[in-house]
Formats: sequence, structure tokens, C-alpha cells
Amino acid sequence: MAVTASETLSVSIWRGGEHGRFVAYEVPKRDSQTVLDVVTYVQRRLDASLSYRFACRVGMCGSCAMTVNGRPRWTCRTHVSRVAGDGRLEIAPLRNLPVVKDLSVDMRTFFDKWARAGGAFTPTGSRADGFAAIPPADAKRRNADAGVECIGCGVCYAACDVVAWKADYLGPAALNRAWTLVNDARDGAGAARLLKVAGDAGCHACHSHQACREHCPKHLNPTAAIAGLKRAVAVAALKGDL
Amino acid sequence: MNNPRVETWLWLAQRASAAVLAVAVVVHLAGIIFAVQGGLTAAEVAGRVGGSAAWAAFYGVFVAAAAVHAPIGVRTVLSEMTPMPASWVNAAAALFAVVLLGSGFTAVAAVYRLGPP
Repeated sequence: MAVTASETLSVSIWRGGEHGRFVAYEVPKRDSQTVLDVVTYVQRRLDASLSYRFACRVGMCGSCAMTVNGRPRWTCRTHVSRVAGDGRLEIAPLRNLPVVKDLSVDMRTFFDKWARAGGAFTPTGSRADGFAAIPPADAKRRNADAGVECIGCGVCYAACDVVAWKADYLGPAALNRAWTLVNDARDGAGAARLLKVAGDAGCHACHSHQACREHCPKHLNPTAAIAGLKRAVAVAALKGDL
Repeated sequence: MNNPRVETWLWLAQRASAAVLAVAVVVHLAGIIFAVQGGLTAAEVAGRVGGSAAWAAFYGVFVAAAAVHAPIGVRTVLSEMTPMPASWVNAAAALFAVVLLGSGFTAVAAVYRLGPP
């Protein structure tokens, strides 16, 4: 079937590295089409040299995040009809991370910051111990549950203005991860982790703009997690534990 | 600027001083609204707060809280928005605190010396 102008999308895609440029493509509209479908169409049909990253296509792996019409989004679960009412799409790599090529960014800094924020679980038991029985209604468990569904897509990191102007700021995702562990009764890092997340590269740098919460595709609230860290760090300092 | 303990205590000091300022500003604004009801004159101000140990103590606490609160915020703004090295930022914030304390207490003392109410 012939594709008419009204049935095509005008798509601009970032090509090259940090100093690249937008290149225009025409992509046929489809029902239930996602932004990732559009990028995949360009790569498979129009220009095989286009670099981008995806894996699961169902919103679990967190690898396909890009900047779509100026906002960071998970592209596999973003329908074109929701973000491109006028038939125009501008697709760029995520902000705040070095561009490798085209739509692929270098995520190393992002995940290194998870490690710096004490993002690794510190076990207190051994395999000889029984399961930790933590009631679902336990307040700390609820705090952990609220943040634990993070898929590590980097959308919050790209949306955060503090990350943009403060290169060593740990960022919303790493601090959210730390908060889930601070609330994990089985974890033993205690004050050592609080020291890692305190300070002007950590939770105290957050301005509570809530861009992370606004953009998180999983509807998590890293701002609330960071506020929780501020309280936990303050209590530890007042008790002399920090 | 990267000592997490120092940053934590500065954060606590800024929040604690904010709590004091929240009350102090309300009292101050309420005082202004009350004072201007019959027209505002220097004599009226001097008659109301001059020589009053209670008002001097109140504004002394107000000045101290402002001198704690504002320089910590200025320090953050300077470190985030300017390329100044940390030592300059700390010096500028400390100087600002000294200026606020000096000018603030000078004003409090001057009003107190205006005489008994």
C-alpha cells in the first residue's frame, strides 16, 4: 500500500558523537507504534549504520532510554501517538551522559555512581540462617518497596538539573538504590553507607526539583528517597553515629 | 566541600536556623503590620522597641539565625553556579556571615540605645 504524506512521521535523529547533528528521516506511521519501533525502522530500512540500544522491548531492561522531543523517555513503552501529535519526532541520546555514537550513551558513570553510593547489598547473615521474616506492612519495608522497582534506565539521571551542573553528584537513581538498602533489615552497611550518600555530591545536593519523579517511567519517587536519606543522615549525625 | 560530616552539620544548621527564622519572620511581619496602623514614624519605632531588652533579645536571635542560614545557602549557590575554588567559596560565605552578624548586631544595639520605651 502506498504511504501518503499524512501517513508518515517526520523524524530527526541525532547522528554522530558529542558534536554530531540531527538527520531527517521519513518513517511510515503505524497503529500502536512506539518510538523504539520508529528507531528500529530507520536502522533496518533506511540507514543500517544507526547505533542505538535496546533489549527486552517490554519495559524491563532499562536499556532503550532516549531523549524524545526534549524529554527523557523509555522508548519501547512510549507510543508515538502520545508524544508526536503533529507527526514530528526529535530523537536524541540521553542528557548528562557522554555520547558514544548516535543514540547510544556511555552508562559507566551512571552505574559507577551506584557503586559509590553504596548500592551493593551488604549481607549480615549466612546461608545457614533462616529467611528474614519482614512483614509487608513494616514501615521500612514499605520504603524499600517504593523504590525497588528501578530498572536503571537513566531517565531520572538525564532529567536531573543538579546532575547537569554538578558532575560528581551521585544522582537520583543511585541515591534511590541506597535508600532501598538503608531500609533493608538484612543489610549491614549502616553508617558506612550513610557517609557515602551524605555531602554535596550526595543527598544534600538535591534541590527537590522532582524532575526525576516527573520523568521516571516506573513512577518511582527518587526525590522522596533522597529526602529520606537526608533524614537518616541527620538522625545518625545527631546520635553521633556518622 | 567533600567532607560528608561537615556538609551534614551545615545542612542541619541551615534547617534549624530556618525553623527559628520562620517564627522570627512571622513575629517581625506581625509587628510591622501592628506598628503601621497609626502611621509609621521613627519616634513610634523608638518608643516601641527602644531600650527594650526583650525586643533586643528577639532581634539578636533573629540576626544570629539569619547569619547562620544565609551564608550556608550562599555557599551552596557559589559552589554550584560559579567556578570558584572551594577555599574561596568558604571564605566568601564566612565573610558574608561576619558582615551579617556585624551589621545586624550593630543595628540591634543602635535601636536599643534609642532609649527606654
